[in-house]
Amino acid sequence: MMDVLKKVPVREQDAKVRAANFEEVCLGYNKEEAMEEAARCINCKNAQCIKGCPVSINIPGFIEKVKDGDIEAAYQIISEDSSLPAVCGRVCPQESQCEGKCIRGIKGEPVSIGKLERFAADWARENGIKPAGAKEKKGKKVAVIGSGPAGLTCAGDLARMGYDVTIFEALHEAGGVLVYGIPEFRLPKQAVVEKEIENVKSLGVKIETNVVIGKSVTIDELMKEEGFDAVFIGSGAGLPKFMGIPGEQANGVFSANEYLTRSNLMKAFRTDCETPIMRGKKVAVVGGGNVAMDAARTALRLGAEVHIVYRRSEEELPARVEEVHHAKEEGIIFDLLTNPVEILTDENAWVCGMKCIRMELGEPDASGRRRPVEVPGSEFTMDVDTVIMSLGTSPNPLISSTTEGLEVNKWKCIIADEEHGRTTKEGVYAGGDAVTGAATVILAMGAGKAAAKGIDEYLS
Amino acid sequence: MYKIVQAKELTTNIYLMVVEAKRVAKSCQPGQFVIVRTDEEGERIPLTICDYDRDKGFVTIVFQTVGAATQKMAWLKEGDAFHDFVGPLGCPSEFVTQDIDTLKKKRMLFVAGGVGTAPVYPQVKWLHEQGIEADVIVGAKTKDLLILEKEMEEVAGNLYVTTDDGSYGRSGMVTQTIKDLVDEGKNYDTCVAIGPMIMMKFVCKMTKELKIPTIVSLNPIMVDGTGMCGACRVTVGGEVKFACVDGPEFDGHQVDFDQAMKRQQIYKTEEGRAFLRAKEGNTHHGGCGNCTDGGKE
Ligand SMILES: Cc1cc2nc3c(=O)[nH]c(=O)nc-3n(C[C@H](O)[C@H](O)[C@H](O)COP(=O)(O)OP(=O)(O)OC[C@H]3O[C@@H](n4cnc5c(N)ncnc54)[C@H](O)[C@@H]3O)c2cc1C
Ligand code: SF4
Ligand code: FES
Repeated sequence: MMDVLKKVPVREQDAKVRAANFEEVCLGYNKEEAMEEAARCINCKNAQCIKGCPVSINIPGFIEKVKDGDIEAAYQIISEDSSLPAVCGRVCPQESQCEGKCIRGIKGEPVSIGKLERFAADWARENGIKPAGAKEKKGKKVAVIGSGPAGLTCAGDLARMGYDVTIFEALHEAGGVLVYGIPEFRLPKQAVVEKEIENVKSLGVKIETNVVIGKSVTIDELMKEEGFDAVFIGSGAGLPKFMGIPGEQANGVFSANEYLTRSNLMKAFRTDCETPIMRGKKVAVVGGGNVAMDAARTALRLGAEVHIVYRRSEEELPARVEEVHHAKEEGIIFDLLTNPVEILTDENAWVCGMKCIRMELGEPDASGRRRPVEVPGSEFTMDVDTVIMSLGTSPNPLISSTTEGLEVNKWKCIIADEEHGRTTKEGVYAGGDAVTGAATVILAMGAGKAAAKGIDEYLS
Repeated sequence: MYKIVQAKELTTNIYLMVVEAKRVAKSCQPGQFVIVRTDEEGERIPLTICDYDRDKGFVTIVFQTVGAATQKMAWLKEGDAFHDFVGPLGCPSEFVTQDIDTLKKKRMLFVAGGVGTAPVYPQVKWLHEQGIEADVIVGAKTKDLLILEKEMEEVAGNLYVTTDDGSYGRSGMVTQTIKDLVDEGKNYDTCVAIGPMIMMKFVCKMTKELKIPTIVSLNPIMVDGTGMCGACRVTVGGEVKFACVDGPEFDGHQVDFDQAMKRQQIYKTEEGRAFLRAKEGNTHHGGCGNCTDGGKE
């Protein structure tokens, strides 16, 4: 007998097995399991889950269709509000969004909304269901900068409205963080991300890779010389931060971005690719977000003993709960309330240890979180040969510094209004991490949608 | 795909290719670089731009084979294509934005070492086109390894060639030539040195003594080339800089060369392995000792 208070368990690769491979950890529901889980939803009149969803997907609506076994209809309902459901179902922080608000969660576990969304999207993809394209052309050109979730969503929506859209991407592959940041074992590239990008292309969107806006061509040139009527900037927040502690320039200290890009975009984890990656024996990953978990679990799969070093306590870990849980299952060691003060090096400038200090939580700071303070005299040395810094990222100034009239705030984030994504420059819109600083896939997607609407209003 | 319209071996292990890349050709300036990739599995390789033809949309690159990825590049022929070719990246040389009349009054010295002759060439050529003649020292290990001598001759004020073994031109390192020229009564207000890290280090040591401000172009390990990964970080004047966006040119007297050289070694063993894999395919089973020695330069 099934326990209605609990989620239908989702099948996963065994922790010991997956710790040594790059295949997807979570295997998802099959149709029976999905229908069973969908039946747990009580179809609330005043559905709280929708309020928790940044793009207000009609959650009880699609779950109802899943319950009836009409998966195509479920997918179409999700598609009205989300253009990357197979991605969001996998990477959204559901526990603090839809599932966090679910009525079922008050007594028992919430409905597994993320897994159901993923199932509907995967089913649609496997059954060749595609989003519908534009009926008529508008005869106007829009340039989209960056092919992450914000750019892909904005481009897809504009194409559906009939605009002639070109995405410009600096890297050699489209997808943004979805291809260079989030690892294969959490978000399969060929099976999921590439297919989502193909869907966007099938709407008529052109993607020009290897174009760095601000270097290869500027926004002003796109508008004046190449005939683009409007521009959307979805260039993300890719600039990695470092701590500024002694020894950080040593060989064996990497930004999480570098480490993950080598493994994900450049496929360094495979033996048939040329790009090298350091396969450390003992790795410390500094930070506690999704990026830190991804870097740690990548290092683990490349054969290392891995420690997460985080200055606050478990409660404050900003990563998705599921990732922390998976990381622990796989054998990642959590050194919480610990902060690095110096990276030690050998005579050839290679990392040979990391000096840390213990922390304790003091008074709450401006963000409401209790501020970590050093415990005097508690320094100790960790024996590591690789350190991966995962301290957050900020927007790259390449575009703002080369576009006249485009204003940024003191964190270098592009200033844009939330409702339409309008920037301080006429005809130029922006959204996603480039505006908010590093955030989430779903927020970037929502911003892309809002800007598509804004651009449509502007050009009509 | 980016078509290779011309490919030739300039000398042993140094190749020149002219590539069709319209956007790069339209906007590039001396001092900037590109990142290329031969195929789907290829590494992203940063290369300084050697020349460009804006009308035809062509960009010239020159590279030396040092590992698996550059070896694969060398196998490409005229009519083949690069999978990826992105740029221009980095900042243009400082003088590009300076006032021409002020520049005309400056006495400039360029020092090129080995394959570093290639990135020096467009800078000297640009100045020449503005009516400014700069002196150029080109150093090579031996006569056979000298590249672009004729091209450089056409754009340089005075060209001084020196070979380490004395087989051609002057004899000895480029630093010796700098010293000789100054001793001969030459005066320089500024120097630009591009070549192997070790050469730039010693040129800077020399020009510091001679009190000639010196710009160098750094070539650290890179991945994206857009400021996203920090692999390219270097310490300049005690501050951490990302060479791909803040450089690649920096004040040579402020650069921490020892650190930069050590950082270049990070993947030596890894690259060495990939190199052997590319050359020998599955026949390589380790044990020969080369793996730990790196893709020899
Ligand atoms: C390792 C990692 C794990 C994450 N895990 C999660 C997760 O589990 N759940 C979640 O919700 N979020 C997660 N995030 C955050 C999420 O991925 C981002 O918030 C989201 O991708 C932002 O989307 P975006 O479209 O704004 O930017 P991005 O995805 O960063 O895309 C920006 C694109 O623009 C390109 N670009 C930049 N500058 C230029 C230029 N000048 N010219 C042309 N192109 C340019 C970039 O190359 C990039 O492809 C994670 C992030 C990382 C790094
Ligand atoms: S809050 Fe939970 S139970 Fe209510 S409609 Fe949403 S998913 Fe269903
Ligand atoms: S090469 Fe990645 S930041 Fe410079």
